[in-house]
Parts: sequence; C-alpha cells; structure tokens
Amino acid sequence: MTMLDSLSPVQAVIGGIYALLIVASVLVAVLRRSKPGDATTELTKRVVSWWWMITVFTIAVLTDRVVSTVFLGFVSFLALKEYLSLIPTRRVDRSILIFVYVAIPVQFYFAHITRFGLFMTFIPVWMFLFLPGLMTVMGRTEGFLRAVGMLSWGMMITVFSLGHTALLLSFGAKTSYGAGPLLFLVVLTQFNDVAQFTWGKLLGRHKIVPSVSPNKTWEGFLGGLVTTTLIARVLGPYLTPMPELWSALAGFIIAGTGFIGDITISAFKRDLGVKDASNLIPGHGGILDRVDSLVYSAPVFFHFMNYFFFNGRAL
Amino acid sequence: MRLLRSAFFLLIVRPVLTIVLGANVRHRERLPRSGPAIIVANHNSHLDTLTILALFPLGDLPRLRPVAAADYFMTNKAMAWFATNIIGIIPIDRGKRNEGANPLQPCEDALDRGDILILFPEGSRGEPERLTQFKKGVAHLVKARPATPVHPVFMHGLGKALPKDALLLVPFNCDIVVGEPVRWGDSVDGFMDVLQSRMAALAATVRMPPWE
Repeated sequence: MTMLDSLSPVQAVIGGIYALLIVASVLVAVLRRSKPGDATTELTKRVVSWWWMITVFTIAVLTDRVVSTVFLGFVSFLALKEYLSLIPTRRVDRSILIFVYVAIPVQFYFAHITRFGLFMTFIPVWMFLFLPGLMTVMGRTEGFLRAVGMLSWGMMITVFSLGHTALLLSFGAKTSYGAGPLLFLVVLTQFNDVAQFTWGKLLGRHKIVPSVSPNKTWEGFLGGLVTTTLIARVLGPYLTPMPELWSALAGFIIAGTGFIGDITISAFKRDLGVKDASNLIPGHGGILDRVDSLVYSAPVFFHFMNYFFFNGRAL
Repeated sequence: MRLLRSAFFLLIVRPVLTIVLGANVRHRERLPRSGPAIIVANHNSHLDTLTILALFPLGDLPRLRPVAAADYFMTNKAMAWFATNIIGIIPIDRGKRNEGANPLQPCEDALDRGDILILFPEGSRGEPERLTQFKKGVAHLVKARPATPVHPVFMHGLGKALPKDALLLVPFNCDIVVGEPVRWGDSVDGFMDVLQSRMAALAATVRMPPWE
C-alpha cells in the first residue's frame, strides 16, 4: 500500500493502463489460439501497436512539459501531413502549404506559454483570413474555393483541434495537476474507442450510420458511452480538479463527441475513397485514424471544463 | 569517405525520409540482394536517387551506383565532389553517341564489377509526377549484359515534396512500389515495351490525388 501511496495520480493511472494492456494481450493471445484467422491476426497487430503507442505516449507525458508539447505537436504534424497527402492539391499552392505547416509550432507555442487569446484566434481568425489572401495574390482562381475550403478544414482539425491537447498541459501546470487533465482526455477518448468496438462486437445489432461507418452500432455507441462515463467518474477526481459528478459528465461528453469525431473522419476518408489515412500504425491505419475521436473530444472537453466548471477562467 | 557517406545517409537522408516524407514502401523484398542488377525508376525529384539509395542497407552503399548526366552534375566543382563521393554517381555524357566511343561503357564496367546501377530512363525530372516515354539506353545496356535483372521501382509524392526548380521541401507522404524484375528478351523495342508496361502497372496500384 505504501508504494501505491507514493505514486502520483498520473503514474498510478499509467500503471493501470499497462495492467489493462497486459490483460488485453493475454486475452488476444488466448483468442488467437482458439480461433486463428484474419480477424485475430488483425487484433494481435492492433494490440502490438497499442504497446508502441502507449509506450511513446507515456515517455512523452512523464518526461516534462516541453517534451510533451513537442510530442503533441509532432502528432499534429503527422496528422496534417497525412491530410495534405490525401486531398487533391493545386500545384500553385505548394508554397502556401509551408505556411500551413508553420502554423503547428506557432499554435503549440501559444499553448505552451498559455496565451489563451492568441491560441484561440491564431487559426480561426488570422490563418483563416491570411491564407486565402495569400492564395489570391498567387493569382490562380481556378479551384480557389475548393482549395481554401480543404486547407482551412484540414488546419482546423489537425492543428487547432489537436492543439487543445497542449492547452490541457498548460491548464494542468497552472492547477498543479500536471499531465493529469491531458491523460484524462486521452485515456477516456481511446478507451471509449475500444469500449465501443468491444460492445459493438458483443451486442451490436442496429447500425447508426451505415452509409458512413457500417460497423458502428447503437449498442456499441451506448455501451461505450456508459462505460466511459463510469470510468470518468472514478478517474476524474484524481486527474482533474473536477469532482465525481462533473467528471462523469465530462466522460459522457468525451464519449459522445469522440464518436462524432470518429464518424466525421470516416466520412472524409469515404469521400476520398480510402479506408485508412496511411499505413503508419499496423492494425490501426494512419495517425488520423487514431486521433479521429480526439479531434472532437479535445476541444469540446477543454471548453466544457473551461466554461461550465471554471466560468471561463480556467487559464 | 565511406564513413562520411554512411553518416550522411544515416544521420540526414534517413531521418528526413522517414519523418518529413514518411515513405510507404511496398514489396521491399523484391529489391536485389546483390549485383549485378539494374534499378529502373521514374524521375520526379532530386529526392528520387536518395530515396532509392536509402531503401538498401547501409552496407550496400558502395555497390549502389546512380547513373547521372555529366553535363548537369559535373560542371560545378562542389556539385561534382558531392555527386561522385557522397552519392556515388557514374557520370554519363548525354548526346555524344556518334563519336565512336560507347557512352555506356562505364555502366557496363560497373555491372561487370557486380554493382547495382540506378537508372532513370525518363532522362530528366521533367514535369513532376507525370510518367513520360522511357529512353532506350537501358535496353542497350541490358542487351550488352543480358544476364542482368532489371527491377522497376515506381515512386509517387517526391515530385510534390521537391519538384524541379523548387527551393523548399514541403512534407508529403510518398509511396514506393518495387516490381518483379524484367529480363532481356530478344529486341530493344520489345524490352522497352515490357519495362514501360510493367512500370505503368506499378503506377496503377498507387493512389495519386489530383495535383494540378
């Protein structure tokens, strides 16, 4: 008991994740022995990739805040690169893309120095107005609207939305919860994905949006929602300043918005005719496939907490 | 010099290729394990040669010889030093076919030594990301050394990341597909037809978003 007591909440939760990962690995190994086939091979790949991702994430989160922020910025970079590599682009916009990439360090720097106003306006106001202006100066109007729309949306989801993960680190530093709030968001978002998948496999009958994501069912969605809300109620008081009920509500919101993020990125991929955003993570697809839920849950969780729990004074 | 070359690839080329470009390589196992062999690839960017060199283990570097135009790479002193010592090119004189000497002689010698040649039969980088008609030099080379396997490699994305005349590298994921080797048949034209259609088939397996 003394050893457990000396662990910080962040360390204890990370320990719990590894315990869960070990249980999952054993389960999958047993499943593979009893039912060999493509489905279990895929599941094995997925679990192996989870080990990798969780290890990298753990190291990044436990080291220090600068390392964590740089790591999150790198994830944003990989997501943006995947996005820009998938969409049709105009040759004339090649130099514009450099500005889009430069937006990442700027956005994450604003998060790091806790300049909330700059963080909130940099992409939705400044980049949003500046990029089309620059593209106009380039002089090619053919495909202009399409290019502006695609670049703006991509920047919003991969840089602005994901940037909120770094903002949570600033918030954690200010409230002496450290990486707790970020861990709360990421663990619950990813856990919700797994819970939805598992409930869907066990009980899934009624499809939600078959034309976008044929494997998503009401049973999976609701099962994930309930499980995530319960887990949030337990973890929240340790990792965030929020008491049990607020934490549960936050978990409910993370699960719900995570689901919307998941199917929104699915719709985007379906429109482009790809199944996965890339082949970076075996069994999962690309970075965008892994952070799809986070793209929605990160900003909504942050603003929910900021406006409703802190009356807009979280930072 | 060998150390410098290895260090350049280990510390600069590979990190840039994996982080900035994120190459998705399919059928790496089809690459030749030893020479003599010829790699034939489409040409969109200065990154092409580096990318192909980086597909092989570091220990293979001394065996890998990109074939490049002398008039482009050998005119400037610094460029010539870099091209011959770090990249390890075999410089070829373009357009001196009628002076009696065989312009492909250095390539044939390299094959005889068991090297792996890297050739871009499109001749120049040209319009990026557009496959053009192959020049026949490679067929004449294979005709002279008919036992040599020719491995087609199709690359997409590098021309978007760093096209001709561009100064800045813009990150894009790129795809690299290695094909089954093509062998010498009975005629130059026949060989070129097979090679060109094999390359087109590889290109058809890659998803290429419009880039106009």
